[in-house]
Amino acid sequence: MTETSGAPDAFPGAPTGPRTGPRLRVLAAMSGGVDSAVAAARAVEAGHEVTGVHLALSANPQSFRTGARGCCTVEDSRDARRAADVIGIPFYVWDLAERFRAEVVDDFIDEYRAGRTPNPCLRCNEKIKFAALLDRALALGFDAVCTGHYATVRLTQDGRRELHRSSDQAKDQSYVLGVLDDRQLAHALFPLGDTGATKDEIRAEAERRGLAVARKPDSHDICFIADGDTQGFLARHLGSAEGDILDEDGTKVGTHQGAHGFTVGQRRGLRIGHPAADGKPRYVLDISPVDNTVTVGPAEALDIAALTAIRPRWCGGTAPEGSGRYTAQLRAHGAETPVTAEVVDGELRVAFDAPVRGVAPGQAVVLYDDTRVVGSGTIAHTRAAR
Amino acid sequence: MPYLDHAATTPMLPEAQEVMTAHLGLTGNASALHAAGRRARRAVEEGREELAAALGARPSEVVLTSGGTEADNLAVKGLYWSRTAADPRRRRLLASPVEHHAVLDVVQWLADHQGAVVEWLPVDALGRVRPEDLRAAIERAPDEVALATVMWANNEIGTIQPIAELSAVAAEFDIPLHADAVQAVGQLPVDFAASGLTALTVSGHKIGGPLGVGALLLTRDATPVPVLHGGGQEREVRSGTLDVPAVAAFATAARLTVERRPAFARRVGALRDELVARVRGAVPDAVFNGDPDPAGRLPANAHFAFPGCEGDALLLLLDAQGIACSTGSACTAGVAQPSHVLLAAGADPELARGTLRFSLGHSSTAADVAAVAEAIGPAVARARAAGLS
Repeated sequence: MTETSGAPDAFPGAPTGPRTGPRLRVLAAMSGGVDSAVAAARAVEAGHEVTGVHLALSANPQSFRTGARGCCTVEDSRDARRAADVIGIPFYVWDLAERFRAEVVDDFIDEYRAGRTPNPCLRCNEKIKFAALLDRALALGFDAVCTGHYATVRLTQDGRRELHRSSDQAKDQSYVLGVLDDRQLAHALFPLGDTGATKDEIRAEAERRGLAVARKPDSHDICFIADGDTQGFLARHLGSAEGDILDEDGTKVGTHQGAHGFTVGQRRGLRIGHPAADGKPRYVLDISPVDNTVTVGPAEALDIAALTAIRPRWCGGTAPEGSGRYTAQLRAHGAETPVTAEVVDGELRVAFDAPVRGVAPGQAVVLYDDTRVVGSGTIAHTRAAR
Repeated sequence: MPYLDHAATTPMLPEAQEVMTAHLGLTGNASALHAAGRRARRAVEEGREELAAALGARPSEVVLTSGGTEADNLAVKGLYWSRTAADPRRRRLLASPVEHHAVLDVVQWLADHQGAVVEWLPVDALGRVRPEDLRAAIERAPDEVALATVMWANNEIGTIQPIAELSAVAAEFDIPLHADAVQAVGQLPVDFAASGLTALTVSGHKIGGPLGVGALLLTRDATPVPVLHGGGQEREVRSGTLDVPAVAAFATAARLTVERRPAFARRVGALRDELVARVRGAVPDAVFNGDPDPAGRLPANAHFAFPGCEGDALLLLLDAQGIACSTGSACTAGVAQPSHVLLAAGADPELARGTLRFSLGHSSTAADVAAVAEAIGPAVARARAAGLS
């Protein structure tokens, strides 16, 4: 196949020239959404030999969803297959439901059980897409896994790989890739992040390529919680048990139906009968699964000055030496904030220049040096600013 | 491009294509009374006679359908309903566990929704039902049996069932026996009258005819309750305007396939034996499933399990080299499931995940076999490295 055979006119931001790198055997992970479909099409256009694969991640793939989109339904699988047909690549469905359940869903439940707030998308990238899937791809003779993430991999002059933010900052997804190590990055292809196209441009490109998923809504919620009801999902798996809502002094101010239903920083759904002394709204400050209590307090009490993160991962290399200046991102699409960070005894210690609000243990902290992803860790403890 | 998936569908015979395209240009509803309708009717009836002659049936025993799945549904549901209507005690349904899903799922549905009491007949390690087991199952309560269904030859591992013996047992008790003969027609001698069966399923596209047409051969005294109600075009048992071009082409394919069967079986059987020998040479620990005796299996079928491999990984690797074959078992939402046939035959579930079915057909050549022989060793090595997920 030649680089441009059958390819429509060039799209804004699309690579138009001949392929510069080697021709790779690429496995394109296709969720059934627009991003991964365009990514696969671009990989073909770049001259690679591409095979599409849809990951069956749900134990019950027969379920259909309406409205919100995930990545585990029969409908999504059909959309992915249809896109592969239009692009003209082989397409398979791989059943990774067992691995997904063990590595992502069970972990998600366990983290909530422990009073933390996990990010299952990071976990999926680390353990499924760039582990189970990548390993299988490499064993079968593929060179790389291609996804529709908005992020950029750059090769440095000394041959290392760096992960950078997408040039469209609004869609940047480097945060959920902050768990990838050098080996994983070496086999990752992100055709959308390399070109600086915006989401609107990607949709227009999909339209012009004849991909029916061009207007498919984005997925926002957690793919394995079909109805979007995270609380209900957690209640089903963790059960519900009435417990106390306490204020900062330990005075009972209300009751709840299960500590796991709360996230640090949450304000809604506390259903505290009477107002606080100062009349201001109260927020979840702490969740204690051991005694099934939720502690609430004023917004200021959410401010933290520092945090400790465990399981640090370093994008494209080893841990930086000593203390350094970075910016930190604490949730997907969250703002960046300047920090000083260093690794002490295998843990990542992060001190914020100015207090930040509402940081929940279990979330990932991703460190950046300008646009470059330095590394990440899972937040274990936070230190209040007051 | 080596195509070794003829059991899924086989290329249309040029003669059948010719008949079909000739009829596509003509107008006429075979139920209409005017000249155009009469011409269509004539083509359908000539096709019916051609089919009947090829399969040892009388023309009145041919109920045309949209394919094998519909014929299986009509036979199993329709006979179950009519037999229970005649005698409400008849709720027992005897079936082999190695049936195609078009029978298997119908049987299960009748159990789940219609009060059928299903007895899955035991099979041996080759997936074969023994006549004495059918007899034993019937004898547990002969008056309560609605029907029995056992496929003529298995679509996955190619095992041929002792249909004559089974139907003799069923006949002793006046119990209707249905056989899905979708894979058997064209590969084995199939004579409906001699078989003693009450109902037999045949499909067009598995024998060089078009997709979307098939037939249920049905003895005159069998009156299944219809699955499709409407104009009652086919003996009041099946409704729907007949697809004249497809029926004519299906009949042509049936005639030619049956005529050519002895030479076909010799030629393709030899190719299959060569394929088996070369795959075993390349992958010494490959497990050859089904009957090792050529007399007991379809001449065009070869089925292997490759220990430590995922079937769909092998499929991907061979597909990448232009070789078309199948894991042999059904998919759920695109995900290959372990073969229910191998599991029923007592195979190790892990082994049942790593299967490939190579099925030959009228267009198969020695070059196809050579391509598989060359590709299979490296593919298995790679799939093994990728392991079982």
